[in-house]
Amino acid sequence: MASVPSEPFAERAPANGSPAGRQDPPSRPLAEREARPSGSLPTETPVSAKEVAELLRSCSDEGRRVRIAGGATKLGWGNPVEADVRLSTSGLTEIVEHDPGDLTAVLQPGLPLAEAQAAFAREGQRLSLDPPLGEGEGATVGGVLAAGDSGPLRHRYGAIRDLVIGVVVALPDGSLARAGGKVIKNVAGYDLAKLSAGAFGTLGVLVEVCVRLHPLPQHTASAAASTDDPEALARAARRIAHSPLETEALDVAWRDGRGGVLARYAGATAPEQGRDAADLLDEEGLEAHVLEDDEKPWTQQRNGQRSPDRVVVRVAGLLGGLERVVALADETGAELVGRAAIGTTWLRLPRAAAAAVERVRDALAPHACTVLDAPEDLRAALDPWPALDPGLLALSRRLKERFDPDGVCNPGVFAGGL
Amino acid sequence: MAEELAHEGTDGAPTSGGGSTPDAPPALEDDAARREVAARADALVARLVEVCGDAHVYTHPHQLRTYESDGLLHYRASPRAVVLPSTAEEVRDVVAACHGERVPFVARGAGSGLSGGALPVEDGILIGLSRLRRVLEVDLVNQRVVVEPGVTNTEVSKAVAPTHFYPPDPSSQVVCTIGGNVAENAGGAHCFKYGFTTNYVTGLEVVLSDGEVVELGGKAADGPGYDLLGAFVGSEGTLGIATKITLRVCPVPEHVRIMVAFFDTTEAAAATVSDVVDAGIVPAAIEMMDGPAIRAAEPMANAGFRTDAGAALLIELDGSRAEVSAHFEGLNEVCERNGSIEIKVAADEAEAQRFWRARKAAFPAMGRISTHYFVQDGVLPRTKLTEVLKRIEELGQEYELQVANVFHAGDGNLHPLVCYDGATPGEAERAEELSGLILSACVEAGGSITGEHGVGVDKMCYMPKIFGPSDLAAFERLRRAFDPEGLANPGKVMPTPRLCGEVPGPYRQHPLEVAGVAERF
Repeated sequence: MASVPSEPFAERAPANGSPAGRQDPPSRPLAEREARPSGSLPTETPVSAKEVAELLRSCSDEGRRVRIAGGATKLGWGNPVEADVRLSTSGLTEIVEHDPGDLTAVLQPGLPLAEAQAAFAREGQRLSLDPPLGEGEGATVGGVLAAGDSGPLRHRYGAIRDLVIGVVVALPDGSLARAGGKVIKNVAGYDLAKLSAGAFGTLGVLVEVCVRLHPLPQHTASAAASTDDPEALARAARRIAHSPLETEALDVAWRDGRGGVLARYAGATAPEQGRDAADLLDEEGLEAHVLEDDEKPWTQQRNGQRSPDRVVVRVAGLLGGLERVVALADETGAELVGRAAIGTTWLRLPRAAAAAVERVRDALAPHACTVLDAPEDLRAALDPWPALDPGLLALSRRLKERFDPDGVCNPGVFAGGL
Repeated sequence: MAEELAHEGTDGAPTSGGGSTPDAPPALEDDAARREVAARADALVARLVEVCGDAHVYTHPHQLRTYESDGLLHYRASPRAVVLPSTAEEVRDVVAACHGERVPFVARGAGSGLSGGALPVEDGILIGLSRLRRVLEVDLVNQRVVVEPGVTNTEVSKAVAPTHFYPPDPSSQVVCTIGGNVAENAGGAHCFKYGFTTNYVTGLEVVLSDGEVVELGGKAADGPGYDLLGAFVGSEGTLGIATKITLRVCPVPEHVRIMVAFFDTTEAAAATVSDVVDAGIVPAAIEMMDGPAIRAAEPMANAGFRTDAGAALLIELDGSRAEVSAHFEGLNEVCERNGSIEIKVAADEAEAQRFWRARKAAFPAMGRISTHYFVQDGVLPRTKLTEVLKRIEELGQEYELQVANVFHAGDGNLHPLVCYDGATPGEAERAEELSGLILSACVEAGGSITGEHGVGVDKMCYMPKIFGPSDLAAFERLRRAFDPEGLANPGKVMPTPRLCGEVPGPYRQHPLEVAGVAERF
């Protein structure tokens, strides 16, 4: 990928994947499912950062292209990748450090997020990041960071880019580059941690991730309200978003002409805060109630971001434009979940042709619409990424060329065919 | 000569960017190379006048003097010209002209940064952004505000008041500009709970070092492509100049309560901070002053702080009324358990402001009891506070110099003030050495060389203490992707063997600090 980055459609792999090599190690419990059946790639499972770097260097020297996989729950996202070898992070699953007193932890990338959370919970803490964990709850720390995925807690705690305070990245020249550190407040050096977030592994392979943690809340409670009026829904969500209430998560959902607002509160007085929120929702004409046992609806919200058989389109919208996205969900028969204040929503379209996705994009322009889960035939027929503006594309190419001049790391998977 | 002293104050540095030419300024020792840059800069001046008008291009030595330093006064460099564009288009044309002549440029906001980030490149062009000070859009429905880089931090919160506010609040917020905040990833007293500038910037219009304009992000999250916003914020003016900045703002909390707890020792105060955090309480701010800092500040602030105490913790809680009340009780309990000798709760807004004034007076007050001081900006894991404070005390005794500590305790960001008498031969050097050892203690404890002031020129030679060659090489890849020719703020951030052979001079107080308008922390 040295000088001429490939175009999004130039690198499609043959439908049946690459020539056969070694099978995935049988020890891996999770179904390693790529959207295309390319599971037959030879798989390397390095067990140290140094091994990852050495593998990348040898691939770079030999012109082999690497598909990076964590829990393999999101390999269908982005452009299909034509690769020669699969690098699995399943040999890197340690919690390197957990410093409860400092609310920080150093993690290896192949560690399943669920396992990390279980360990943190034993100390009354959590990583305030709750994306859908995919098949077998297999999503890993590195995979979530590389995909920039997030869940409802993003409302208050930010996305993973806001929670990662340091990374070590293995680069294709065989070097290991560290950025950030183990302290929450730190402005020394460039923020390669944020640059890695959502880069889909195209700038190198994450081999260590340092995150900031938060205390687990004593209690949670949620205010929930439903309506069949998209405008009332949007108004109510905005009422909560603009209120001085300290909302932990603020979601909306919509399906078959009906939907709701869900607002979560945490702390010693969570139910009380939930009732205050319910009052506001009532004032907006919705019928609200407070849930003290509130895990289930939030799990549903998270799960609504994924689909094994529908087409999931992530819409980068705004708080002020919720009505429009909800209306479009009705028009297209889509199910919607979303973060009201962040403005990002996920539309689960019925199994659709590429033209239907393009209609969504046209209707919601200029909001960026990214296709996440989608059947293989659809993914072959459209660019899952929104178009990058030419200046931004040129800059992004220069960046890719500086970090991965030979196009070794997940070539072509990313926006702009990077 | 329009603006200089008016905005000479306290802001972060520039919003520019670029790569460093290892052999480039600010200390161009090679006379031939320097003459060549100067000649190219001369050709450039005529073009700058065309773009911005004669009144906004300064070349006379008297005019340039104002811009020789930023808030870090012991570094000086004279640019060939200072240009003050008034629009994003003018910035673009100025940068394109610099690129055309391959003359390095440095962007500057209010010039209040404390790491020399806005220090000019000798014989380069200094681009002052103080005339780009329009609030372009207040979009409260979407909780966004769009501003030009010269807008001050305080003006952003004013623009969205009274319902919303902009959380990052560097102490220089009255004068410092958002452009500088973006360049430095400015923090402040409330970032323990609310985060830093980088958590609030959703969009940037950036002029790259070749004059190209790119839009990074926008009002919405989750746009396509690399997180270049994350890379740009905090890049200290080396990746380009931000000419339009979109920020997320937050609803004003329902309730705020402030208390100050006094302790006999900093150990007891530090243990309290840990216990507060362990109790799951996340204060909006948790600030510590040690005995020397209290005794310096109280006469100036009249906040009723106990001058016989060894440490004071200023704790602010915000959030819902119910939650604040619940945590407030917990806080009292934690303080008492750790042997607090007195707890004062602000009875009203006026008293709350006096408490904060005492905290903020610590730096200017220090200037009244010591003729000179160095301020340090180190970070350590919070659990190492006691250990490192003890080490600082030992170092102070060893060097026979007084060190006062004022800091953001919640996130382990120390600002030790090393006091010395500049008139005593050798004392400045001793103080500087001590200041450096404090930084080493932070690094050894697992911390960082800077929490919010930035690397700039001040700390680039400390970078190898925490980053190895391959780390630095990766930084350089990023920098070069944005600025292949190294024209944007060269000679900053990245260590170079030649520049790092030099020793910085003693610290002098900024006029705004002397006046008590701004302080360093």
